[in-house]
Amino acid sequence: MSTFLQSLLIALRALRVNKMRALLTMLGIIIGIAAVIIMVAIGSGASKMISDQISSIGSNLLLVLPGSLTSGGMRSGTGGAQNLTYDDAKAIRAECPSVAEVAPTVRGSAQVVYGNQNWSTVVNGVTPEVIAVRDWTIVAGRNISQSDVDGASKNCLIGQTVADNLFGSSDPIGKIIRVKKIPFTVIGLLGRKGQSPQGQDQDDVIYVPLRTAQRKLLGSQFPNAVGAMMIQAQSAGVLKKAEEEVVALLNQRHRVGPGREADYSIRNLSEILAISEQSTRVMSLLLGAVASISLVVGGIGIMNIMLVSVTERTREIGIRIAIGAKTRDIMLQFLTEAVLLTTCGGIIGMLLGVGGARLVASVVGWPTLISVQTIAIAFAFSAGVGVFFGFYPARKAASLNPIEALRYE
Amino acid sequence: MAEVVRLEEVAKVYTMGEEKVEALKDVSFSVVPGEFVSIMGASGSGKSTCMNILGCLDVPTRGAYLLDGVNVGELTGNQLAEVRNKKLGFVFQGFNLLARTTARENVELPLVYAQLPAGRRRSLALDALARVGLAGREAHFPNQLSGGQQQRVAIARALVNRPSIILADEPTGNLDSKTTVEIMGIFQELNRQGITIVMVTHEPEVAAFTGRQIVFRDGRIVSDTRNEAALENAAAEGGNP
Repeated sequence: MSTFLQSLLIALRALRVNKMRALLTMLGIIIGIAAVIIMVAIGSGASKMISDQISSIGSNLLLVLPGSLTSGGMRSGTGGAQNLTYDDAKAIRAECPSVAEVAPTVRGSAQVVYGNQNWSTVVNGVTPEVIAVRDWTIVAGRNISQSDVDGASKNCLIGQTVADNLFGSSDPIGKIIRVKKIPFTVIGLLGRKGQSPQGQDQDDVIYVPLRTAQRKLLGSQFPNAVGAMMIQAQSAGVLKKAEEEVVALLNQRHRVGPGREADYSIRNLSEILAISEQSTRVMSLLLGAVASISLVVGGIGIMNIMLVSVTERTREIGIRIAIGAKTRDIMLQFLTEAVLLTTCGGIIGMLLGVGGARLVASVVGWPTLISVQTIAIAFAFSAGVGVFFGFYPARKAASLNPIEALRYE
Repeated sequence: MAEVVRLEEVAKVYTMGEEKVEALKDVSFSVVPGEFVSIMGASGSGKSTCMNILGCLDVPTRGAYLLDGVNVGELTGNQLAEVRNKKLGFVFQGFNLLARTTARENVELPLVYAQLPAGRRRSLALDALARVGLAGREAHFPNQLSGGQQQRVAIARALVNRPSIILADEPTGNLDSKTTVEIMGIFQELNRQGITIVMVTHEPEVAAFTGRQIVFRDGRIVSDTRNEAALENAAAEGGNP
């Protein structure tokens, strides 16, 4: 320990003598570490944004949509048919063990009016399960109940964007709004979710009981049909199994024989979004890798200066060896000096990197994320660069022949 | 009396390209404790090679070098470093003090490598500086000291670890004649206190201060004489301090 302390003192003294040179040498490491931190911050900020969006949709979700419809030789797109029903949803909930919740919805747009304000938004007919499945929060009031659905009551939940546009800052709970001229009581306010991964405003929404929507608002020739079903699996592990169970049940209920094309489609939402998350992760890894190259370049600068330092101090090394410094002592001295250079550079680079990431976040508006882990790794990496690139010069110093070193001019 | 240094038919052969240069040719001599020996000779006579071997900076090609009864030729590099640290003190022609390091810290250096605690190092270093007459100059840097004072710091550094022997390589080579006398006086004083000293020089006037003179020529010892005058002088002064 005392040997190490001694090496530290010697190294500090050596750096103090050549302040300008030490600073310039450190610059490579400073830039390298700052670059790594900024790049990783940008990368992980982006991937956090995506994973937030993914969790804003809800977790472990399957989406079931009706199939297409051919009418008079014209095929509609997916969802055109009206062949998924609330009964299908109830059956899935009852008979598929891997399914946690099923949220059937119908969807349409409507003009909503409150007082002298009006707003065009999306109206969804839903059941109470939608709150759990989509990970919504209710910040005021209450959820739609099963009796609201069964009794087709005229109660509704509104999203933040709708509340902002209709009510401004006043409390919407208990107020009567008109949706397609039908009066609805606002019984709950949804928490803020922000953008969906596709860039849609998820808060621009009104939830009404499913039966109400089917019969009174979005009336169609198939009053029992639902536009989509969101199915939440018990866990991520049984998502595939839940999908198989749902497919089997729906095939049976819709009489889809083996080898026939199903009259509905099923999508695994989490899977699609996981792929986009993965691509961001690869991207942030790539950014980090590019930044690491500058760190390696900085390390080579350290090695270069350390070699110069060893040559300059040949005589000093000779004296030290002559009066009893062992190989280990000399190596430790020069390694300490190199590591001191890189860790000082690392600390300055870290501060610059954190500041730079903040600057990027505030000026360019990109989300950045700096974790303690990133900083710890960057610090360890800078020390590692010192050991790695300091080793050869230190080795060279320790293996000097003292007789020649003492004669060196 | 047990010998401090014993060389037995020591030879040193350097290979320079294809040529082999025999710098030392079967040299044998011993030094007993309390001796003050000067090694003389022209350049190329082998005296520096002999000094490097005595200083454990180099090992003999043939023959044996026993320092305090230990055969140095059988030691590893780190063991040699330890021998240099514990048993030897070096004084060089060019002083070889560390720049930007105070006199006291320079003197402490061997103790640092001996891993002594700081307080002990400090008091030993101050003692050694006092012995060479530099009390009060502990905090001076080498560039604030004259050549003679720098050499005294170097002598203090050689003394501080209480070595079995002090090896001085042309210690007065860079000094004027007045300072030379001063430094040689310090060596004589230390010798009277019982310290064994071996010194390389090519100046007969300097060698005259020592009690025994060994002359090298072409890698061999050509003469090994006792300097009765210096011995008597030392005895006289030693008996009447």
